[in-house]
Amino acid sequence: MITASVVTLFSLGFISAGLLAVASKVLYVEEDPRIEVVTEALPGANCGGCGYAGCEAYAAAVINDPSVPPNKCCAGGPDVAKRVAELTGKAAGDSEPMVAFRRCMKVEGKVAKKFEYLGVMSCAAAKLVQGGPDACSYACFGLGDCVRACPFDAMWIENNLVHIAPDKCTSCGTCVRTCPNSILELIPRRSRVMVFCSSQDKGKAVKDVCEVGCISCGACIKKCPAQCISMVDDRIVIDHKACLAYGPSCGEVCVEKCPRNILRCLNPEYIAAGPETEPAHYPEESHVADLNA
Amino acid sequence: METFLLFISAIFVNNIVLAQYLGNCPYLGCSKEKGVAFGMGAAVIFVTIMATLFTYLIQMYVLIPFHLAYLQTIVFILVIAALVQFVEMFLKKMVPPLYKSLGIFLPLITTNCAVLGVAILVQRKEYDLVTSMLYAVAAATGFLLALILMAGIRERFEVTRIPRSMRGVPSGLIMAGLMSLAFMAFKGMIA
Repeated sequence: MITASVVTLFSLGFISAGLLAVASKVLYVEEDPRIEVVTEALPGANCGGCGYAGCEAYAAAVINDPSVPPNKCCAGGPDVAKRVAELTGKAAGDSEPMVAFRRCMKVEGKVAKKFEYLGVMSCAAAKLVQGGPDACSYACFGLGDCVRACPFDAMWIENNLVHIAPDKCTSCGTCVRTCPNSILELIPRRSRVMVFCSSQDKGKAVKDVCEVGCISCGACIKKCPAQCISMVDDRIVIDHKACLAYGPSCGEVCVEKCPRNILRCLNPEYIAAGPETEPAHYPEESHVADLNA
Repeated sequence: METFLLFISAIFVNNIVLAQYLGNCPYLGCSKEKGVAFGMGAAVIFVTIMATLFTYLIQMYVLIPFHLAYLQTIVFILVIAALVQFVEMFLKKMVPPLYKSLGIFLPLITTNCAVLGVAILVQRKEYDLVTSMLYAVAAATGFLLALILMAGIRERFEVTRIPRSMRGVPSGLIMAGLMSLAFMAFKGMIA
């Protein structure tokens, strides 16, 4: 009985294996082998930062469509762009390494609470209640929708304010798309100055709720010798490309002239030491309540 | 008339999911959207027919003549697994659009006990080949019906205020139980 069973199953298994082996040869589908190679060269986080549904979709697109540039993968950065360009035979172009940036300093600005929010611990939900619990409606809720969305564990909440670990951030833009208050922004890593406020309110309204809010006085716009600061939708926008091209010879006059101290140099050591500077400290684990728990 | 009764029996009275409790995993897993439910149901119909045909032939021409009927379950599992692999390759080469729509479901069906259940049930009921095939179609259609009904209900659940602790799987399980109870009303109409 045992022998019969073993022999039967062994031969059946062997026959199926043989048939499948033959079938896999006969029914082999020509797939562009480069798609697999490119997929392997990509980070594989499927963050969607490139605008495609996952790494494999981007790999297929970059190979089949000549108009898709090889530097779309922001998570991989210039190294991956170079590798993809090599594999696809496309010109790499320059991909400026970017990083996510939080345009809010509500702790420093002592933004008061309008009310105590006790609802579902999610920014999107808090936003629905009277525009959120903070007196400033352009402030970071600190409820961590972006932290949960971040595919690379590069964010954490501290003091009701989101923090970003620049060495982990791959600038995929997932958090930027998640934030209901649009206070996150992607900026070049080499950026020299940045506005630490995202309010679109008029000067008085900002002054009433925050000590370090942008009052739209326009001093920085007038003083910038490279004319790379402008006001778009009542928010200060810095053209980082033009700013970096002009170089440090302006002596960051915009930072000096800002009466609210909201335009600041982005870590000056960073500029001096180049891109290898250590990031600010960040804890091992994020302290965000798990919504599904 | 016989065939008609067989269909009614397999789809409603002895529904493979709701009355015989087979294939509960894909029943709960793939019933969140109607489109997905339909894809999964169609794939199950396809595979069940193929699997029943092949296992029937194996039973008839290998297991019974060599007095190996006690190996039925394990042999059927082996045959179905190999068959699904083959079908996947075949579809990829010959019918790419169908592969695109069924592709993700096919590997899941390898371990779907509804398929194995049908293959074994037709042996237990000692149907002939034609009746077996008809039963396979009917049982798999019953699976599709249960899946689509469930998906319709769960789509409504998405926009309904349900206590947080009951959202998702808990409400899904309760619905499965209630649907099963509802189908129990058919019990005894046809054997």
